[in-house]
Amino acid sequence: MAAPAQRRIIFQHIDEPGYSNDLACYVRNGGYEVLKKSVTRPPAELIDEVKKSGLRGRGGAGFPCGVKWGLVDRKSGKPIYLIVNADESEPGTFKDRYIMHQDPHQLIEGTMISCFANNVKQAYIYIRGEMPHGARILERAIAEARAAGFVGKNICGTTYSCDIFVHRGAGAYICGEETGLIESLEGKRANPRIKPPYFPAVLGLYQCPTIVNNVETLCHVKYIAEHGGDAFTKIGTPNNTGTRIFCVSGHVQRPGYYEFEAGKITMGQLLNEVCGGPLPGRTFKAVIPGGSSAKILRFGERFKGKRKVGAEMVDYDWGVDDVPMDFDSLGMIGTMGGSGGVIVMDDTVNMVEALANINAFYSHESCGQCTPCREGSLWMKKITTRMVHGQARNEDAALLKSVADQIPGRTICAFGEACSWPTQSFIAKFGDEFKQYPETKKAAKPVGAHELV
Amino acid sequence: MIAPPKPDLVTVNIDGKEIAVPKGTNVIEAARLVNVDVPHYCYHPKLTIVGNCRMCLIEMGMPAVDPVTKAPIIDPVTGKPKINWIPRPQIGCGTNVSPGLHVKTTSPMVKDAREGVMEFLLINHPLDCPICDQAGECKLQEQSTGYGRGYSRFVEQKNVKPKRTQLGPRVTLDDERCILCSRCIRFSKEIAKDDVLGFVDRGSYSTLTCFPGKQLANNYSLNTVDICPVGALTSTDFRFKMRVWFLKQTNSIDTETSVGANTVVWSREGQIYRLTPRRNDDVNDTWMPDSGRELFKSVMSADRLAATTHLDARVAEAAELFTLNASAGSIAVVGSGRSSVEEQFLTKKLAAALKASTQLVSRVGQGDQLLISADRNPNVRGALVTGLISKLPKIGDAPAASRSANGDAAAPIRTGGLTDLAASIDAGKVKVVVSIGEDLVAAGLTAAQLAKVSVVYLGTHANATSAAAKIVFPTLSVFEKNGTFVNQQFRLQKFAKAVPGPQGATDDLIVLAKLTAAASSAAMASDLGSLWKLISAEIPAFATTSYAQLPETGILIDATPFAALPFVEGETLHYKPAAPAVALTP
Repeated sequence: MAAPAQRRIIFQHIDEPGYSNDLACYVRNGGYEVLKKSVTRPPAELIDEVKKSGLRGRGGAGFPCGVKWGLVDRKSGKPIYLIVNADESEPGTFKDRYIMHQDPHQLIEGTMISCFANNVKQAYIYIRGEMPHGARILERAIAEARAAGFVGKNICGTTYSCDIFVHRGAGAYICGEETGLIESLEGKRANPRIKPPYFPAVLGLYQCPTIVNNVETLCHVKYIAEHGGDAFTKIGTPNNTGTRIFCVSGHVQRPGYYEFEAGKITMGQLLNEVCGGPLPGRTFKAVIPGGSSAKILRFGERFKGKRKVGAEMVDYDWGVDDVPMDFDSLGMIGTMGGSGGVIVMDDTVNMVEALANINAFYSHESCGQCTPCREGSLWMKKITTRMVHGQARNEDAALLKSVADQIPGRTICAFGEACSWPTQSFIAKFGDEFKQYPETKKAAKPVGAHELV
Repeated sequence: MIAPPKPDLVTVNIDGKEIAVPKGTNVIEAARLVNVDVPHYCYHPKLTIVGNCRMCLIEMGMPAVDPVTKAPIIDPVTGKPKINWIPRPQIGCGTNVSPGLHVKTTSPMVKDAREGVMEFLLINHPLDCPICDQAGECKLQEQSTGYGRGYSRFVEQKNVKPKRTQLGPRVTLDDERCILCSRCIRFSKEIAKDDVLGFVDRGSYSTLTCFPGKQLANNYSLNTVDICPVGALTSTDFRFKMRVWFLKQTNSIDTETSVGANTVVWSREGQIYRLTPRRNDDVNDTWMPDSGRELFKSVMSADRLAATTHLDARVAEAAELFTLNASAGSIAVVGSGRSSVEEQFLTKKLAAALKASTQLVSRVGQGDQLLISADRNPNVRGALVTGLISKLPKIGDAPAASRSANGDAAAPIRTGGLTDLAASIDAGKVKVVVSIGEDLVAAGLTAAQLAKVSVVYLGTHANATSAAAKIVFPTLSVFEKNGTFVNQQFRLQKFAKAVPGPQGATDDLIVLAKLTAAASSAAMASDLGSLWKLISAEIPAFATTSYAQLPETGILIDATPFAALPFVEGETLHYKPAAPAVALTP
């Protein structure tokens, strides 16, 4: 089956020749028309459209955006804040950066519509510390939009006012966790908060109700405000509406970003047809489908079970190639759609070394607040580093799995899962490779394999 | 006493035991009520909850309800309500009780979670218990014994962090032992209001430190040592001095101010090694000032008074002096707000027998709104209740006393209140002054005035008054005797003898009883049991009280007769003055 054509909603103008990131270009392409219309509509109607659309958050967890907005405490009398989570730090993910670099006004427009819908008077864009260029672009874009009356006082001539500030992080993965982000925005160490009681929708920024949405999610809101929630549900598949941007990296012929209707393309179509398949003379070995914290898939494994199609339960028997790329299908086979960062590894990759790399990242990024993640992530890193650069033992695989099993579900935030899932899935699927590693180390590396750093 | 309003009670089930607890109680405290121990490190009942140690992970569930009828679903097998258990363990500290909450603290999931957390906490911990001061009172030791696996699977290098960092004048930090529970950080910020501590670096390399240019130097810094669950924060004074399991614990009271913080005296073989706070939720929570922890040092000091003659000989000498000055008003008694209630009671009896005037020395400093109050006498209210004095002593304008509270150098203590006595001495009316532990020179009398009178001095340490005194009775410090104080809340609290007194010193009560007997030629009791019978018979506020039955956390007594008095204390922890504190004229 041939791969469907790309459906570019969010990335419509990305890398379009002649398209620039200034206001004039955006307005020339119909920009801010949706905002002008939206501010004349009742805010509740906009929220309803988003609820109807079934839009799921694009940050990684896939939480329905309409439900998130519905949880906001609107009776407290406190101001409601909206925070744009632009701390795109998940390894393998690079979609939000393109939006901010090349089409910042799309984000600003989506943000302003969302602010208007939720009666937000103050929004923040929390941008990752490593993206200074993006921050400068956004600052300039906001200044342009403010001068044109799309941001700030009396938006589009109405009585509604709302300002946006850009806040730069200082370079920490944990700032992408929404409560860690809020702490950081308040000027503190980005230690995620315990939930309960600190749900952002009730006790968020400055203990006020707060909405935290991903960059891509808010751009989808703009599309929904323009075309309606019902139109959005027609894109993609039921419960996985809209488009998804896949950031494909690793050992494929054409890595890059691709936007498709959610669930309409399979992993095999994406990798083999869209991305051109493996490098010459190589075969695919494994793929991480949703950012480095998602559980890895091994080419050759089969997934069997029952799934809902319409109202019926249908049997499925998939190889990795057959898996539709949407939240639910990937969830069913034990991994996740996550942030859309597809990391491909071919047969030159040694899984112990790949895991050592991932573990080094997570142990470096653990905030250090709660015990299992703080100690567990570094322990796993120390084990895999020792295996690669020192003495590897046969019992290390079992020890790694046991350490990883002691982390998820016992931590304050989802970092516990993020740092333990790679180890758990690598051991589960490539356990033999870990057991044989002491011998593998003695042999020569396969041709084309990367040098270890 | 007015009963507190009945709180809303919530019934929860902990390990099969049903218990009703006040709404808002967290699961750790609820479990404590049914004697179920939920191990924890970061949780402290008097600090905010951060839930970071993950040691208190337990299994929780709520009764299942039918989605339509809202009626509880009954399990057909057991006949009991079906419980929907949460598939992941939850933290006990951060979860407040809700009606019908079920908790399992012994299930395999909980055991596994505890073993995991214990292992993680220990992998980078030095395990230097044999040389660690915390050994014996270390939560990590206790809970690894109780909930750990008992073996290590860690073969990697442990993290290296700074050892023996001086955080301030009194606290030394060993960062490798730190388990990053953040109790000390929260204490400094929330209780001491001196936000100087924080973590630097990330993940397992996180390191506790003072902010640049700051020091942990506030007068409550040693509380961080008390609440540190491991041996990371240690008292610079106490460290390496003594193993805690050799020390005897005796309940006492901090005598430096009228707050009356509850304390524990740790001693061995007649020597005191440290003072720590004792929890009393109505007085000092679990805190005490650093300054109060130094008080024991004077017990062993070289200038302790010691008698060289027999007590009875000195009593006879005093009796002779009393007989020579039998006319009313020629003897003055200077009582003390540092004396115990019993001593003040006997002082009153002595003054009555001598037909003497009575006065009290006042000590007034600056309050810190926490556990240091403006009144630096621990028991002025005791003197009021026993009737030793009927109005508050005058606030002195004498210069700072030699021993001022630690970290309070800017606000000297004004000792005084003896201006009337000074005038009487100058007028030649008073011939004999009996001072109960008060240095009259420090309290404002001049050496010339002292030279005009015969001084009978009861006291612990050598000073200008003891040097000028005709008769000296060396007595005991608060650590060497039993007694009670009435604090600023009118709470009667007791302290107990921790160590024996030095040779040649006599219990104040015995001296006072003998002097009273000599002055009135009738025997007077000197033991607490007999004395309290007299006290409760004579003083209405103590009518139903006895020393033996007084609870360790004290009891509130009737304060209404003294409500109108202008007490000097401002607001402190758990205390709001009835009237605004009097302004001190500079």
